[in-house]
Amino acid sequence: MMTCPTPLPSKDRILLGHGSGGKLSADLLRDVFLPVFRSPVLGRLDDQAILQIGAERLAFTTDSFVVKPLFFRGGDIGSLAVHGTINDLAMGGAEPLYLSAAFILEEGLSMDVLARIAESMGKAAEAAGIEIVTGDTKVVEKGKGDGVFINTTGIGRVRPGIHLSAANARPGDMVLLSGYLGDHGITILSERQDIGFDAPIESDSAALHTLVRDMLAASPAIRCMRDPTRGGLSSAINEIAALAKVGVELNEPAIPVREVVRGACELLGFDPLYVANEGKLVAIVPPESAAAVLAAMRNHPLGRESAIIGTVTEKHPAMVTMKTAFGTTRIVDMLPGDQLPRIC
Amino acid sequence: MKFIDEYRDPKLARALVAEIAATVTRPWVLMEICGGQTHTLMRYGIDELLPPQLELVHGPGCPVCVTPLEIIDQAVAIAAMPGVTLVSYGDMLRVPGSASDLFRVKAEGGDVRIAYSPMDAVAIARQNPDRQVVFFAVGFETTAPANSMAVWQAAREGLANFSILVSHVLVPPAVRLLLGFPHNRVQGFIAPGHVCAVMGYTEYEELARDFRVPFVVGGFEPLDLLEAILMLVRQLEQGRAEVENQYVRSVTREGNTAARRRMFEVFEICDRKWRGIGEIPASGYRLRPEYAAFDAERRFHVETTRVEEPAECIAAQVLQGLAKPVDCSAFGTRCTPQTPLGAPMVSSEGACAAYYLFRRTV
Repeated sequence: MMTCPTPLPSKDRILLGHGSGGKLSADLLRDVFLPVFRSPVLGRLDDQAILQIGAERLAFTTDSFVVKPLFFRGGDIGSLAVHGTINDLAMGGAEPLYLSAAFILEEGLSMDVLARIAESMGKAAEAAGIEIVTGDTKVVEKGKGDGVFINTTGIGRVRPGIHLSAANARPGDMVLLSGYLGDHGITILSERQDIGFDAPIESDSAALHTLVRDMLAASPAIRCMRDPTRGGLSSAINEIAALAKVGVELNEPAIPVREVVRGACELLGFDPLYVANEGKLVAIVPPESAAAVLAAMRNHPLGRESAIIGTVTEKHPAMVTMKTAFGTTRIVDMLPGDQLPRIC
Repeated sequence: MKFIDEYRDPKLARALVAEIAATVTRPWVLMEICGGQTHTLMRYGIDELLPPQLELVHGPGCPVCVTPLEIIDQAVAIAAMPGVTLVSYGDMLRVPGSASDLFRVKAEGGDVRIAYSPMDAVAIARQNPDRQVVFFAVGFETTAPANSMAVWQAAREGLANFSILVSHVLVPPAVRLLLGFPHNRVQGFIAPGHVCAVMGYTEYEELARDFRVPFVVGGFEPLDLLEAILMLVRQLEQGRAEVENQYVRSVTREGNTAARRRMFEVFEICDRKWRGIGEIPASGYRLRPEYAAFDAERRFHVETTRVEEPAECIAAQVLQGLAKPVDCSAFGTRCTPQTPLGAPMVSSEGACAAYYLFRRTV
């Protein structure tokens, strides 16, 4: 019997951790939204909905962007909002077609700041070959928003024969990662004024749809893809393991992490596996296609440092483990909430 | 990473493991005192590599874990007051008090901020003269110099809106207590490297002499710990009970005398209650009378009632090295980092969380 007075975790109030992409976020989805929205499409819990409309299969997704600072090395909230939604479409194997853009602006925001963000969105969309075709603007009172919040929604087309879903992962599959982990999260952290360390690094924010196109051209048999954004690689892999009811065994020495990110994580007591990325993807690929897909990834400018970082196994379903450089094994779990800087 | 990768080299690790295996002739129980060391052992699976005769038990060196419930309740009450900004190291925010935690206070509108250094809290006080800024000064000897520096600086600047809620604890008195228990099983200790970087290790020489147990001051990287274990095993096998220093790149016998001088200008030794262990004489710091004006406990007069720990939680035994986290009937089921019954499940340095994160049965 539990006699504990501990009220954690909060069931009656939203905590910041509910937005972390970790276990609390998953709880929110399971306890609040899924039971009342009751959509089998939503229930698949992929990064996008794939909808059969007439003869076409369309991918449909939405994402909201709250980031502080609004401008950071390697991007800004505008380019991030374009890349993020393109990537959610791309992870479903779709070629992105159209975006919406909705803004919640805080009273008093500098017009110049908004213009710079809008210009950045326009450029990012143009570079990605996608059109922003509808939008909305709301203004909230000063103090009720953090300058700018942006929501983007996107639709894209999925070619026949492409069926990407986390549930498809099978024992024996390979886990491929498209490059260095943690660049975005550490950049954002290092630019926050309240932390005060300076890492020479920039966000990896990028649109991944052309990388995905090249990968699918190499092998349409790819099982699924995820972009490890908030919650990092750990959350993405844990989601796949849970949805496909398979185990995943990662190989720590094979996971690419930049020196500066490792150093920053060391300093903060963070684990790069939980740090956010905005221009990386992880793909589950049948073993016979792995070499071809890896070669296609390494040929693409956004996948030069791609690596095979693990395998799918029938052992320990829904659990992710990692072989360390020492040959020992440890568990890689989702975090309950955000990573917390440690005391010493 | 330069100066870190050298201490994570798998080849050197295997050599050390082989050396340990060749040295051990019978069972030994070793304790790593510091939670940071526990975390490394679990993260790299070092205990899996050791010969079966060696048992590692995990010590009380997790600052989050041993901070008494009453002080967390005080921090929660102070943070909820209007006009107060409570600044804390990150991992204190999720520690459950008896009715709430700092994350919840924040969600309910309290101004709770995470800082990496107490000097950040001083800066917040300087920039917000209309707010009472309280730093939650938790930790061992390791964080005490920086915390004392913050108070010293605030005093120098005459910052009347800055105070600290002190919950500082000291390692040697706790180790002395553990060694005095009739049921103590620990035969050798890895002393906490960061603490010794400040304090030096003469205090451990007294312990080694009084109880005839060996200590090795150890670092926090895998090779540091393997080397420290090897040094301990050699001492035990040879019947020696000395203090040796493995962590020579950071620790000297005298420690950081300049830091200690400043620290003792601001702090003095006092009795402290440890969560899961109880009151230990002369086991902590409090502000000296000259700095009493910066004591948040005096400034805010928060009354807290004594609260009982959850009956099922065996944190007390875990913190004393008498039980392993997996011995707990709630481990991994009713007690997880998401729903912690006790503090060792909250901090990444807590033994229970380290086991949960890295070492559930696969």
